[in-house]
Amino acid sequence: MQVSFNINGTPQRVEVEEHTPLLWVIRDILDLKGTKFGCGKAACGACTIHVDGEAVRSCSFPVQFAEGKNITTIEGLGTGDALHPVQQAWIEEVVPQCGYCQPGFMMATAAMLEKIPNPTDEDIDNNIVNVCRCATYYRMRKAIHRAAEIKSANL
Amino acid sequence: MKKANHYYLIAMLLLGVLVFGFAYPDGQGEGSTAAPAAEAPMPAAAAFDQMMAVLTHKRCVNCHPAGDRPHQGEDSHLHHFGVQRGETGHGLAALQCSTCHQETNNNISGVPGAPHWHLAPRSMAWEGLSRTEIAASMLDPARNGGRSLEEIVHHLTEDALVLWAFEPGVDDEGNPREKPPVSKADYIQAVKDWAAAGAQIPNE
Ligand code: FES
Ligand code: FES
Repeated sequence: MQVSFNINGTPQRVEVEEHTPLLWVIRDILDLKGTKFGCGKAACGACTIHVDGEAVRSCSFPVQFAEGKNITTIEGLGTGDALHPVQQAWIEEVVPQCGYCQPGFMMATAAMLEKIPNPTDEDIDNNIVNVCRCATYYRMRKAIHRAAEIKSANL
Repeated sequence: MKKANHYYLIAMLLLGVLVFGFAYPDGQGEGSTAAPAAEAPMPAAAAFDQMMAVLTHKRCVNCHPAGDRPHQGEDSHLHHFGVQRGETGHGLAALQCSTCHQETNNNISGVPGAPHWHLAPRSMAWEGLSRTEIAASMLDPARNGGRSLEEIVHHLTEDALVLWAFEPGVDDEGNPREKPPVSKADYIQAVKDWAAAGAQIPNE
């Protein structure tokens, strides 16, 4: 089927089987490799993107449901000149180790900050349930609080 | 002689219609092919049995939890990752059911899905209740979202999320999820027959 959507502000149309995971489309057809494949079972969060502003695990999102939607991947979160508060905080706190899980965490965090601008530790524990094999959770928690600070200072 | 045979045949046919017609008023007599068996009203007790065999199944109860967390799987374990109901049963602010569950089953990831995938409200907790307690809670407007019997029947027989139980897809290993022990058609008929017979709950 044909599916049309905006991705990182650019209109795209793809011809693809309707059940194809959106992650496959993003990585293999649109060649945006920032979004990662971890488990393919909606369990790890490495593939997290935004669909109309909501965090979605793209490995478990059939492309048919992307029709007419606004999709953001890690490539569209900010630009080199205008970093998203989450990117800025991640740099300041030197969060990544191997880095594989980080785009998913950053997208999940960016979505959370739109709903919960000043998350408590409990909010973070409850809402950010992605998996990091390198166990960067401690630095991630600091970076999430820092991102909230930067974001509210920017308002 | 031929004419006498004729009258005899007609008389026997008429007798047959009268006898069998009164004995099986709904055309459900032995050997009748007039209507599918499912259209005959089930005795209320049997209808209740069939309905509750479905409603007490894990495909239903996993998302009618007593607490604030859904259950999942054939063993009804608490949903992984600390998933919670949130304010409206659609998950927490940034961890919505729709982060992972979409409108259809996903047989690639093994994540189940149906329209408006969400948890039943706290008032509709079924976990830990007996089948008669579940039925009583279903009929109680204070706990059933203020639904009339007609609305309950509609919810039970037409809501896509409820009927998902009969097409639950495959799990993350590709194994089919267990379905309730009654077919969808029989379940729907049972709900309707039970309601039409007065929605009685047996004393147990
Ligand atoms: S790859 Fe999608 S959640 Fe793991
Ligand atoms: S930084 Fe290595 S998996 Fe998270």
